[in-house]
Amino acid sequence: MEILEDKPGKQILLLGNEAITRGALEAGIDVSTTYPGTPSSEIADTFSLIARSFTKQNKNPSFFFEYSTNEKVALEIAAAASISGLRSLTCMKHVGLNVASDAFMTYLYIGCKGGHIIVSADDPSCHSSQNEQDNRYFALFGGAPMLEPATPEEAKEMTRLGFEISEKLQSPILLRTTTRLNHIRGTVEYKKIQKPRGKGHFEKNPMLVTTPVIARARHPELLKMLDKAEQISEKSPFNKIIIVGKPKDWGIVTSGVSFNYVREIAEDLKLDVRILKLGMTHPLPRKMCENFIKSCKNIVIVEELEPILENQFKVMAFDFNADVKIFGKSTGHFSRLYEYNPDIVFDAFSKIFNIKNPIKKPVKSEIKLPSRPPTLCPGCPHRITYYAAKKAQPKGVIYPSDIGCYTLGREKPLEMADLLLCMGSNASTACGLAIATDQKIISFMGDSTFFHAAIPAIIDAAHHNHDVVITILDNRTTAMTGYQPHPGTDFDGMGRPAKRILVEEVVKGCGIEQVEVVKPNNVKETTEAFKRALEFKGPAVIVSRSPCILLENQAKRARGEKIFVYGVDQSKCKKCKICIAQFGCPAFYYGENENIFIDAQQCNGCGNCAVICPFGAISQKGEKR
Amino acid sequence: MKEKTSIVLTGVGGEGVVTAANLLGKAAVKAKLNVFVSEIHGMAQRGGSVNCTVRIGNVFGPLIASGTADAILSSEPVETLRYIQYSNKNTKIITSITPIIPFTVSVGMEKYPDTSLVFKELSNYGELYKIDAVKIAQDSGSLVTKNIVLLGALAAFDILPFKSEVLLETIIENVPLKYREMNKKAFEGGLKAIKKNS
Repeated sequence: MEILEDKPGKQILLLGNEAITRGALEAGIDVSTTYPGTPSSEIADTFSLIARSFTKQNKNPSFFFEYSTNEKVALEIAAAASISGLRSLTCMKHVGLNVASDAFMTYLYIGCKGGHIIVSADDPSCHSSQNEQDNRYFALFGGAPMLEPATPEEAKEMTRLGFEISEKLQSPILLRTTTRLNHIRGTVEYKKIQKPRGKGHFEKNPMLVTTPVIARARHPELLKMLDKAEQISEKSPFNKIIIVGKPKDWGIVTSGVSFNYVREIAEDLKLDVRILKLGMTHPLPRKMCENFIKSCKNIVIVEELEPILENQFKVMAFDFNADVKIFGKSTGHFSRLYEYNPDIVFDAFSKIFNIKNPIKKPVKSEIKLPSRPPTLCPGCPHRITYYAAKKAQPKGVIYPSDIGCYTLGREKPLEMADLLLCMGSNASTACGLAIATDQKIISFMGDSTFFHAAIPAIIDAAHHNHDVVITILDNRTTAMTGYQPHPGTDFDGMGRPAKRILVEEVVKGCGIEQVEVVKPNNVKETTEAFKRALEFKGPAVIVSRSPCILLENQAKRARGEKIFVYGVDQSKCKKCKICIAQFGCPAFYYGENENIFIDAQQCNGCGNCAVICPFGAISQKGEKR
Repeated sequence: MKEKTSIVLTGVGGEGVVTAANLLGKAAVKAKLNVFVSEIHGMAQRGGSVNCTVRIGNVFGPLIASGTADAILSSEPVETLRYIQYSNKNTKIITSITPIIPFTVSVGMEKYPDTSLVFKELSNYGELYKIDAVKIAQDSGSLVTKNIVLLGALAAFDILPFKSEVLLETIIENVPLKYREMNKKAFEGGLKAIKKNS
């Protein structure tokens, strides 16, 4: 595998996420844990790919890797490894750190022996997330040293050297990335791969038991660690000043991917500026920043999302009475919303520096273009479960949803996602709605989400006898993020056999009495099961079990089995439109004279449309090419 | 040689747009040039509109400012128009002519515009080159090579800061042995389609 090649000096094109994995390998990573989430997934998927290739050859990789049940579990497992002296990495999407934050906040009080890098993949513009929170606040909130890479090469080096910083400070550090770093490719230069330590040793120490007495003793230690970290920040190669043109008294302060736009556009606009590029952004190198402020009369701060640098620079400027004007979000030149891009930086700079903007207003087509929103795939078993549930109940049911493919159930014609907060919220919001209203409730979540965060809510429903129907769509994978295994699969992230935890057994163990497992392609029986669940006074759970069609077809192909596509027999079709207008599989289309057809290229052969057609007009038509 | 080269690649998920962008990136590394590629993953990918950018040379990131693309390479007419903001009068707009109908249209919720109107509009914004990438790909052995046909078409212009051979070599190195001939045919088919018409 190219990612494992021990060829120092080799230049290779890597995804930002792959570069982070490579950096960890070069640092001799021992333990890596995660819960998958876009845009972080490929960091862990790369570890998984390596581990599985070793497992296939009956060998052991040099590290342990797991897809943990959730981010909190992932962080705690890796924390224990680092406390025992090993090097660990935990990666997650930004909202994952909310889940892990309970551990994160106190972990910083006790610190670690072996290096531990916690990667947060933030998602400005919410490309695939429910919010665009700025996790740099977590570094300030908990007191974590923080690194922010701008390019894949820097991401690799920050990961590699981050372990050394972490060990010097005996503290976990936050590697804060954004989608535009995670998902860009750039040239990376390989360095030597270090040997991992293999086994650690846990040394007992009363300071590791955070009772109130110990916590009070540890908090000042945390602050001392941050003082030490500031000294490292002052000398860090990741904090540097770059000169563009012949600067007099203008400076720009920037971090993360914003630097890329700033660096290039400063040159394009022929600005005369000093650019303070900050890579270690917590704690800030105070002396370096002060000297920078003193060297300028005007400073522009360019950072996506929250004014975290901006506010800290204002405080510093105030502290020593600097005569400096600071431009940024507070002056209205930059927004606290969304991801930045060259257009935004060109526009802001041309206003601040009073230069004509060379970028013309973007042209827009006069023609109205059809949209291509994400949708449940052709053959997705979630669609038929939704369809069957809808059949069970007249209008007015509330459908709390969750994080995963089934969020796409909100689209027409299903329109079966009404409320969504975060991982696992479907079940608890269902309980709340049952208390607050007289409306019927059917909530939906996936199997991975169930294990991740919904079990406490189901226990709550059982204990308080909340009158809800909770559906678990068990497709045997974490589909939306790229088919990672989870506790309900019989193998793990290293490709080893693993104990499969059955959803329904857990649900029964939580105290739910009305539990039914259905196969959703048996639409009648599934609808009946939903009816029984709705009639049941108290919490009822339906486990709808049918594998993700894409994985199923992949497996079929691997086994040499054929996949048959379906077609509409025009002589039998009465144009009732149930298939296209109510079921809404995207493989259907209208041809001439409103005749309904199935696109053989798109059809994945699930056959559910043949089940729901009241006239028997849909049948198998031949092999999928 | 140009100091910076900026290319937009667009299309529909599953059509090899991301692969094509990566091949351009790998070719640039082979030619020892600085390069950045941006892609999209996750939710935005499912059956959706895909847009990648590649920048080579004295550049610091992969994103392209409006009106500054050297080329827009597209595997679908409507998707070409969707990213027209990157075009200027000199931009080479290279598009496959075959529409891929989104489900919003096939289930009757939205309309797909007349392609002749789409092409007319495209030619207002840049230098339009229409290419029957589907046919060339099928003639080469498989529809799967459509993205390679488009790369061949791109290589016909004096846009890339390396020789077309470097791109072809990169493609060949990155496909399994048994598909090499097919991809070579596709690449050359795309290249010829442009040379013949210009």
